[in-house]
Amino acid sequence: MSTFAAQFLKHARVMSGDLRHRKIIRTALGNYEIARDQRQAAFQDWQGARQLAAVIKWEAVNHLDKYLEQFVAKLEARGTKVHWASTGDQAREIILQIVRDKKARSIIKSKAMTAEEIHLNDALEKAGLNVVENDLGEFIVQLRHEAPYHIVFPSMHLTRGEISELFQRELGSAPTNDPEELTMIARRVLRKKYLTADIGITGANFAIAETGMISITENEGNARLTAALPKTMVTLMGIEKVLPKLADLALFLPMLATMGTGQQITCYNTMYGGPRQPGESDGPEEWHIVLLDNHRTELLADAEQRDALHCIRCGACLNVCPIFRNVGGHTYGTTYSGPIGSVITPHLRGLQDWKHLSNASSLCGACTQTCPVKIDLHHHLLQNRRNAVKGKPAFFERLAYQAFGFVANRPALWSIAKKLGRLGQPLQKLVKGSALDPAKAWTQTRDLPPQPKESFKDWWTNRK
Amino acid sequence: MTITLFIPCFVDALFPCAGISMVQILEGLGHKVLCPEKISCCGQPPFNSGYWDEARTVAAPVLEQLKDAEAVVIGSGSCGAMVKKFYPELFASTPQAQLAKQISSRTWEFSDFLVGKLGITDLGAKFPHRVTFHDGCHGLRELGIKKSPRILLGHVQGLQLVEMSEAETCCGFGGTFAAKFPMISTAMGEVKCASAAETGAEYIVSNDSSCLMHLQGLLSRQGKPIKTIHLAEVLARQ
Repeated sequence: MSTFAAQFLKHARVMSGDLRHRKIIRTALGNYEIARDQRQAAFQDWQGARQLAAVIKWEAVNHLDKYLEQFVAKLEARGTKVHWASTGDQAREIILQIVRDKKARSIIKSKAMTAEEIHLNDALEKAGLNVVENDLGEFIVQLRHEAPYHIVFPSMHLTRGEISELFQRELGSAPTNDPEELTMIARRVLRKKYLTADIGITGANFAIAETGMISITENEGNARLTAALPKTMVTLMGIEKVLPKLADLALFLPMLATMGTGQQITCYNTMYGGPRQPGESDGPEEWHIVLLDNHRTELLADAEQRDALHCIRCGACLNVCPIFRNVGGHTYGTTYSGPIGSVITPHLRGLQDWKHLSNASSLCGACTQTCPVKIDLHHHLLQNRRNAVKGKPAFFERLAYQAFGFVANRPALWSIAKKLGRLGQPLQKLVKGSALDPAKAWTQTRDLPPQPKESFKDWWTNRK
Repeated sequence: MTITLFIPCFVDALFPCAGISMVQILEGLGHKVLCPEKISCCGQPPFNSGYWDEARTVAAPVLEQLKDAEAVVIGSGSCGAMVKKFYPELFASTPQAQLAKQISSRTWEFSDFLVGKLGITDLGAKFPHRVTFHDGCHGLRELGIKKSPRILLGHVQGLQLVEMSEAETCCGFGGTFAAKFPMISTAMGEVKCASAAETGAEYIVSNDSSCLMHLQGLLSRQGKPIKTIHLAEVLARQ
């Protein structure tokens, strides 16, 4: 078992019994579900919209080379500096070099999961920079020195009371239970940071090939300020974010808002096409875009699971996943948690180290059913399991299934096995739930069904 | 019609009443029922665990047993999905690929067979109880079965169906998942049971005995009064 798997099991065991956590998440997601359903109903044909989104993403992902070149050519024509990073290391080095060139001391950063993916903040802080996250949820988890809990709701695991205590401790604010007041406390701290930051770092929700623009969708206006105030803007984005046409946003912006937060559209939607142009009065003097591969092209080469690159990071699959809801986001130990994380993390960070996430699923398919871009999520978990076994089968598990196959194909043996089971159950009762119990994994929390006097096949044979 | 009834291994060993009820219902409708005795398991446990070679070892004889069947009926959404949906994938690019596809097209989950294939909605059953229905994930999402069991329950005399808010949420069984990740499985089961209890139902009905085994196991351990029962057993009550 990999250390990551052991960690997962350890945390999952604790979290799945944590009733307080279960209640917080259920309440938060219960509200989300109502809003999401209302917004979905506002689409004339939600299933048609999903199909269209999947088709657009399929086109973009299957012709990624063409669209990326188009995107980059348009960007460069307006003076944006484009950097290609094959790995997380390269992306960090590119950004650190920009920081050194600009002799930057402080950085303001709006929410970007891609930056989490390459642990950008760690690298910047190690280089002596002051980095401040300005999305409220991200700001909160940064103060707690922890990773975002959820792709879209970084601090959904915390109550207002906990956030107030955190602010009192870290920011010296007065206690309050009022969400608006809590927001104002964060805002007062953050506004000063915008004014003094040398560089603003953003992510991108979509990249439009046709026009060479990125689209950022948000609710707090923090990404706008990040892009508007510092002299230098750096955008880090995965190469799969590209969409062919500007008009595609007419579908993807409301779709992302619907599935991400249950909104018709988010409060702020901005497109960025380049640094400040001659004659313009605002905008950054320099804009750098870092296009990150970090194993995405390997996923692209996997015809079976390529559609995982359709993901628009809405988090909807996390929200409906009964595993996520019971173990929580941090248990995964990954940047991307929930079903999409379980599917792509093995591709991003190694199948054998991360295969446990694909096994930790009942394959219920709620994720696939909800995914707005129709990623075949739960079947990809099944494929990851198959690929993991193909690469490195577990000795005893394979032996067990070989033995199972041997017995299953011999009716006489199968019948003996059933009889042994029936005879064994009274004995099993003596050791129920203890270390000696062969069915311990089951019987610790569940009773075994009583063994019937005769099996179906006994009945069938006897009646003939 | 001659119907080949596929009895899942755990129904055979642990829940014979569900299988017996299916035989009684299908025979009662005037059909000839066959139960190939050589079929043991559909091969889902090794398949879902990633051991596809081992799964084919178990599944290949099943194909052989079913090859001449006019209609294959399976009293489980889960095993039904295995044969109908996953066999074609498991046997793709093998000599049995064609056979797997043919059998898939002739395979039905029990409630869907009654309503979708035979057009039967009222079996004249009586079950004077308040019940809630649990949608097994494989039946619901792999096979798209939602209405058939409800239509059948809707015609049972005295039966009151109360939907639970988490009807479509996974119960947490998930086959080997229940043993590999027992605590997560248990947490999921607790959520399901709580939702079922909120309806005030006396019974949780499902077309999947495996889900019910998990839920009943939890309910019995916790001393909860609500009971579980397979759809076929409800439909066979006169």
